[in-house]
Amino acid sequence: MSEHIVPKKTYYAVFGALMVLTALTVFVARFDLPGILNITVALTVAVIKATLVVLYFMHVRYSSRLTQVIVAAGIFWLVIMLVLTASDYVTRNLLAPVARISM
Amino acid sequence: MSTAVIHTPAEGAAEPRTTYLNAGHTLKSWLLTLDHKRIGILYLLGVSFFFLIGGIYATLIRLELLTPQGDLVTAQTYNKLFTQHGIMMTFFFLIPSIPAVFGNFLLPIMIGAKDVAFPRLNLLSWYIYMTGALFASYAMFAGGVDTGWTFYPPYSTNYANTYVIATGLGIFIVGFSSILTGLNFIVTIHTMRAPGMTWYRLPLFVWAQYATSLIQVLGTPVLAITLLLVALERTVGVGIFDPRLGGDPVLFQHLFWFYSHPAVYIMVLPAMGVVSEIIATFSRKPIFGYKFVAFSSLAIAVFGFLVWGHHMFTSSQSVYAGMIFSLISYAVAIPSAIKVFNWTATMYRGSISYDSPMLYAMGFIGLFLIGGLTGLFLAALGLDVHVHDTYFVVAHFHYVMVGGSLLAYLGAMHYWWPKMTGRLYPEGWARFAALVVFVGFNLTFFPQFILGYLGMPRRYYTYVPEFQLLHVLSSVGASILAVGLILPAIYLLWSLKRGPIAPADPWMATGLEWRTSSPPPPENFERTPVVTWNAYEFRSKEETEVIGPMGKPDVSERK
Repeated sequence: MSEHIVPKKTYYAVFGALMVLTALTVFVARFDLPGILNITVALTVAVIKATLVVLYFMHVRYSSRLTQVIVAAGIFWLVIMLVLTASDYVTRNLLAPVARISM
Repeated sequence: MSTAVIHTPAEGAAEPRTTYLNAGHTLKSWLLTLDHKRIGILYLLGVSFFFLIGGIYATLIRLELLTPQGDLVTAQTYNKLFTQHGIMMTFFFLIPSIPAVFGNFLLPIMIGAKDVAFPRLNLLSWYIYMTGALFASYAMFAGGVDTGWTFYPPYSTNYANTYVIATGLGIFIVGFSSILTGLNFIVTIHTMRAPGMTWYRLPLFVWAQYATSLIQVLGTPVLAITLLLVALERTVGVGIFDPRLGGDPVLFQHLFWFYSHPAVYIMVLPAMGVVSEIIATFSRKPIFGYKFVAFSSLAIAVFGFLVWGHHMFTSSQSVYAGMIFSLISYAVAIPSAIKVFNWTATMYRGSISYDSPMLYAMGFIGLFLIGGLTGLFLAALGLDVHVHDTYFVVAHFHYVMVGGSLLAYLGAMHYWWPKMTGRLYPEGWARFAALVVFVGFNLTFFPQFILGYLGMPRRYYTYVPEFQLLHVLSSVGASILAVGLILPAIYLLWSLKRGPIAPADPWMATGLEWRTSSPPPPENFERTPVVTWNAYEFRSKEETEVIGPMGKPDVSERK
């Protein structure tokens, strides 16, 4: 809301961080990590980058509390979508008793 | 007026007053208007047109179902009929109906503002709506779409050879108009309230609009993404929903209902807001439990996002997920019941007058109650297996959508018509039409509960002969309902030219919109109102300050 002026230095620093994280993603992609680590690492890096963009490039860090609440609500609703959808996918194979009866 | 003798007596005592209606007469003054009231009227024209189209499809469906065999249309055509009916009514009528028409017209006046926060965005939203409608209409006239309004894959992605992408694109586009309206309302309510208009002095219609806007902003993007994925799967074969490519068709249902279940609340929450206004006015009592009614809107908006899986009990969704969704679905009944009980308590020992808006509002309470309670039947895991995809479901959601939202829409139309047009309609005809709608509606849809319970599946164009009596009853009811909808169209249009001039406050109501003239001036109030009273605080006529243009009679142009 307010006319907060962010020093250029901050933008360069964030940009640098984003570049480093991109390089990290590319670097890690060269190795096949065990288990679900491949996707865990990739998503963690992506989330950190998205957070940096939202906080600094989109000025949410310097915005009013109301704006921050709105942003948080958006993320929270995404979490609702993922968690409740996962409640299906994670438990879908737990119907073991049926398999036992059929045998 | 005794000093205003500039005019010759031949001109009459009444000086023509500038209203939002006569502020400009050119087509350009309407199409490029930034006035929220004119944009509301533009939306009214748009949604009325699509309601008519959806109604024509419904008529054809009910005609085909008069006989057990398919004799009017082919199976393929029937598929298109119910699909187009659903798409037109849901996305192009019900979702924009109350928010975009009455929300746009009334919300800024109700909070004492001159306009919405972003007037240009508001106009843009109407153009986006019309653009989306253009795509959907193109698809409709080119041959239509036959996937059902739900677009379930794999049929929609792999097999349907109708206009899936064009229709989907139309819905995709129209979604952005919904998002912009929601965004505009949220910012308007937060930043544009008149001095003294605290959150707890807001009319309940505004609270309901706020809750609706939250859903529009948070839910609609998901539908847009989902339809985009369907289009991508159809064109380039991205494997999101196709198991052969590693996808899962049930994922579509998750994403689709993440929006489309809350969309039900986009349709019914504003309707509840309308009913709160009407019940208070015509019972001449403040709403019982104001804060509970206000917060139950927000509770419904939030809970509405947590229950979508109850549409998927018979898909391959996990039973455990089904249990969670079933449980939370029951929880939605709590805020809904709070509203119904509080409306009833408001009417208790009130000074009730049975004017036509009140008849619609009372119809809403009864029909929404049936629609809501049958929703609990469907939220039960075991019973749903029996009635899933039968006419029981069709009857249930028509009780909520038509018995709920449409009745409230008509109630709002009658309640605010004098404010919007400056004219009164013939009350006798209006009451008669309300009764015809109520009778016709129940005759149409109550037999469908029985049909569904007996096992008549939805979306079939033939059926076993035993079901014919119930189907004929339903079709007869639909004809009566149609009469009840044509009647208001006639007398409301008649009243535009011939109706008596409406006073500023024909109902002796309490909201700010009744303290400006009918129709309101372009800037809504002559000066910014200062609010020192609570919502629904009834006072005597003498104590009620009028903030509209003073000293001049309520006369718009007379020619």
